[in-house]
Amino acid sequence: MTLPFWLEILVSTCLILGSLFALVGSFGLARLPDFYTRLHAPTKATTLGVGGILIGSALYFSHQDFNLSIHELLITIFLLITAPVSAHLLAKAAMHQELPQMHGTQGEALLKAQGHSQVQSNERQAEEKKDSEKGGDSTTASHKIT
Amino acid sequence: MIPSSRLFPTPVLSLLLWALWILLQNGFSIGHAILGAFLATVIPLATYRFWNRQPDIQRPGKLLRYMVIVAWDILLANIEVAKLILGPQRKLKPAFIEVPLDLVGDFPITILASTITLTPGTVSANVSEDRRHLLLHCLRVEDEKALIQEIKTRYEAPLKEIFQC
Repeated sequence: MTLPFWLEILVSTCLILGSLFALVGSFGLARLPDFYTRLHAPTKATTLGVGGILIGSALYFSHQDFNLSIHELLITIFLLITAPVSAHLLAKAAMHQELPQMHGTQGEALLKAQGHSQVQSNERQAEEKKDSEKGGDSTTASHKIT
Repeated sequence: MIPSSRLFPTPVLSLLLWALWILLQNGFSIGHAILGAFLATVIPLATYRFWNRQPDIQRPGKLLRYMVIVAWDILLANIEVAKLILGPQRKLKPAFIEVPLDLVGDFPITILASTITLTPGTVSANVSEDRRHLLLHCLRVEDEKALIQEIKTRYEAPLKEIFQC
């Protein structure tokens, strides 16, 4: 089953654009100076990269199978839901590890303040947990979680 | 939006699961519609006790508008970040910024944080423990106040309206 010429052009444009953005994303991962700036590359450039490839795929298979192909839409939605969550967790992990930032990053004090208080509160929670385990009083612990 | 009943404690989730099941089949058939309906009833019944109650979506129309704006911003964000990656590195002006939150509730804050991560040059890094501040990392900051203002008016205000909180 051959595609009409205009669709062929459209599909290949989508594929090329998508791959270009994916390439830029991976390039950024290698090129940017520190962990935090590197986080930006995979969360953004790749969404459009994969998005472009998926649009191309949806067009192609919709024509091939004579009905609308919507798997691609689902992949896009899941990608948009999961990409920020993983980025957020990576950033948080970096804060706990106190990874060095690029020279000239502003607002490091904020990072220290928040990262530090987080560590402290985690220690506090761990201690409370220990206490509650000792005393067998589970109400304080469950109250903390909610 | 839709009242919850005993059989459907979370009606919106049930509807979403059903639609998801049908979409996963990549084609409509009665058998799968019935199987999907069965799963959409059983899964929420089995799991809803583990979920914290979250604020409902009060304005679905506004939500649609919000999604269109965000989709457009994602497109711009990609181009902008691609430019920054390929451009000279001295153009980078990374900074950590703290945005005060007016939103309440974990779910709306999660949506706001995800939106911020997907849009131009910002990644959300941390929510303060009292849920009042969001820590962002930005690739390039010219004017910190303007950026905070933009996030508040462009993303937070519509979310406040959508969830009415």
